Amino acid sequence: MVQTGSAAAGGLATPVLEVEDLAVTFARRGEQPTRAVDGVSFSVAPGETIGLVGESGCGKSVTSLAVMGLLPRRGVQVTGSVRLDGQELIGAPDRVLRSLRGADMGMVFQDPLSSLNPTVPIGTQVAEVLLEHREMTKAEARDEATRLLDRVGIPDPARRLKEYPHQLSGGMRQRALIAMSLACSPRLLIADEPTTALDVTIQAQILELLRELVVDSGTALVMITHDLGVVAGLCDRVHVMYAGKVIETADRHDLFARPRQPYTGGLLASVPRLDSGRGTPLTPIRGSAADAIPWAEGCAFAPRCDNAQDDCLTEVSGSTVPLEPDGPGRELRCRHPLEHPSAPAGASAFGTDAPGAAR
Amino acid sequence: MLRFIVRRLFQLIPILLGLSVLLFAWLRALPGGPAQAALGERATPEAIAQYNELFGLDEPLYVQYFRFLGRAVTLDFGNSTQYGRPVTEVFLERFPGTIELTVLAMIFAIGVGIPLGYLAARRHGSFLDSASVVGSLLGVAIPVFFLAYLLRLLFAVELGWLPGSGRQDVRIDATRITNFYVLDGLMTREWDAAWDAFLHLILPAIALGTIPLAIIVRITRASVLDVVNEDYVRTANAKGLATATVRRRHVVRNALLPVSTTIGLQTGLLLSGAVLTETVFAFGGVGLTLRDAITYRDFAVLQGFILMLAVVYVLVNLLVDISYGLLDPRVRVR
Repeated sequence: MVQTGSAAAGGLATPVLEVEDLAVTFARRGEQPTRAVDGVSFSVAPGETIGLVGESGCGKSVTSLAVMGLLPRRGVQVTGSVRLDGQELIGAPDRVLRSLRGADMGMVFQDPLSSLNPTVPIGTQVAEVLLEHREMTKAEARDEATRLLDRVGIPDPARRLKEYPHQLSGGMRQRALIAMSLACSPRLLIADEPTTALDVTIQAQILELLRELVVDSGTALVMITHDLGVVAGLCDRVHVMYAGKVIETADRHDLFARPRQPYTGGLLASVPRLDSGRGTPLTPIRGSAADAIPWAEGCAFAPRCDNAQDDCLTEVSGSTVPLEPDGPGRELRCRHPLEHPSAPAGASAFGTDAPGAAR
Repeated sequence: MLRFIVRRLFQLIPILLGLSVLLFAWLRALPGGPAQAALGERATPEAIAQYNELFGLDEPLYVQYFRFLGRAVTLDFGNSTQYGRPVTEVFLERFPGTIELTVLAMIFAIGVGIPLGYLAARRHGSFLDSASVVGSLLGVAIPVFFLAYLLRLLFAVELGWLPGSGRQDVRIDATRITNFYVLDGLMTREWDAAWDAFLHLILPAIALGTIPLAIIVRITRASVLDVVNEDYVRTANAKGLATATVRRRHVVRNALLPVSTTIGLQTGLLLSGAVLTETVFAFGGVGLTLRDAITYRDFAVLQGFILMLAVVYVLVNLLVDISYGLLDPRVRVR
């Protein structure tokens, strides 16, 4: 993990996915257009795992759907650039996107039960990807599906193929979904909160499975999550998003050790820790994501920020808050970042030193 | 599965017992008895008494009921006072007509309804969509007898394209085997008789199929709109499946689940006799027979028909439940 992470951070490998200045605007008739994603840029190298982190509604899921080309065409405007192995996806015809989806880029969704077709056997749902993208006979696809289910750790795969989603446990369903998304060994895998709907023990198994698969096959993984535990266990680099923009980018260790954006610091401080005394109150972030102000008026986080000052507002400073380099490998969108390099209360819960902490 | 079916069939017993008591009481509470209806308003009390004695209507109610029940178990519902023939015989003659009518009406409703509902949903918000919504509202709201009269007036009376009454042209001397007129014609190779019987079905089937059609359009449309936003359709798209595969396997298959229930229930309703439509088209099915039986206080026919129709209705519903289990693995009975 450490090697691949630093290799990617060093920019040695050609990125699998490059997202540049991605913006998504939802415009319903008779409604004010909303900009759900606003100028997001990131890239993922082979074997690298990046995390898109933020609260619900910060635009992380919309970002992933925009990359996959899964947003509805009507009422949605997507601008910027998304390149998969150098091939531009924004504006690409539906036929091209369909040939890439499932084959070169796969996606694992949040709720495994609702993400599986209830009336079609698991086996058919796995095999149909292979039949679509690989030249296989039905028998070959079925054998390959059995192998895939086995690979993602589903016991007795030959029997499971004939079963329906409701007959599988939650963890099994998520494994089946992962098997489908990995069926054609995609170069890029996007996992949108893949463990949110699962028990904690199952969560750990699924994360471990994803990590193994990424390491084995050199797949680039984009992990979308609000769970900093997932980030600590899996991600090489982290992009923290707030109100549609990336507000802080750092390597995992740097981020946990020295969060700079007060929002990141707040996220870390809101996580309960085992080593604090019982009864010690958590330090939540004030307010909710609904309190965000438009970026044009100032830092969207300012209304909830303890560090906020007058010049966080565009009115005072005369310019929107830019995303600027902040030391090696880091970027930050903040005028009054956390200055103390020592980590706030939450960091050690995840560990700041390497291998053991990777769990 | 077998236990489920047997259990459901056993449920028929209390249903039929309760229904028979209600029927018996209700029919006897109607003003004027069968004697009055048969002999006319000016019949002498002696004549009425004689008539009642002849048909056993002079005995106490409970005696009549248990005698009726004892025979009904062997499918003997007595003789019709109207036709002077066993009720079961009349039923076997009339019910095939209703079945033919129902089948054609449902073919019309399903054949037009599902594609229309699907297209309306695919082009959500388009003119076709709005037209289908308004049209289906109209289809449910328009009284059946009015539509039936309208169709008959236009296509049978004014334009003369299609026959407007009866099940078969009286000039055709067809052989009867099953009393399914179209089927009989095909079996005996009397092609003209089969074709003529089919033509006689068209207008009543359209009139009768309009309400199911409207309901099927609405349910299909709503169901497709629901399903296209399901997570599993997004998954299917994320897998890069061809649009046709996504639609067939992931959208239509699931969208038709609620539609299949509707189809089953509507079929059950239509089989129980379309009194209004059959009356307008003088179509000799169970609906018309029931209407006449009420007019002539033909207790035997009313009791026998209604009980047998109740059995048919329960059986159709059982079929719906079984087929639903086949379509949706989640409700499959083990």
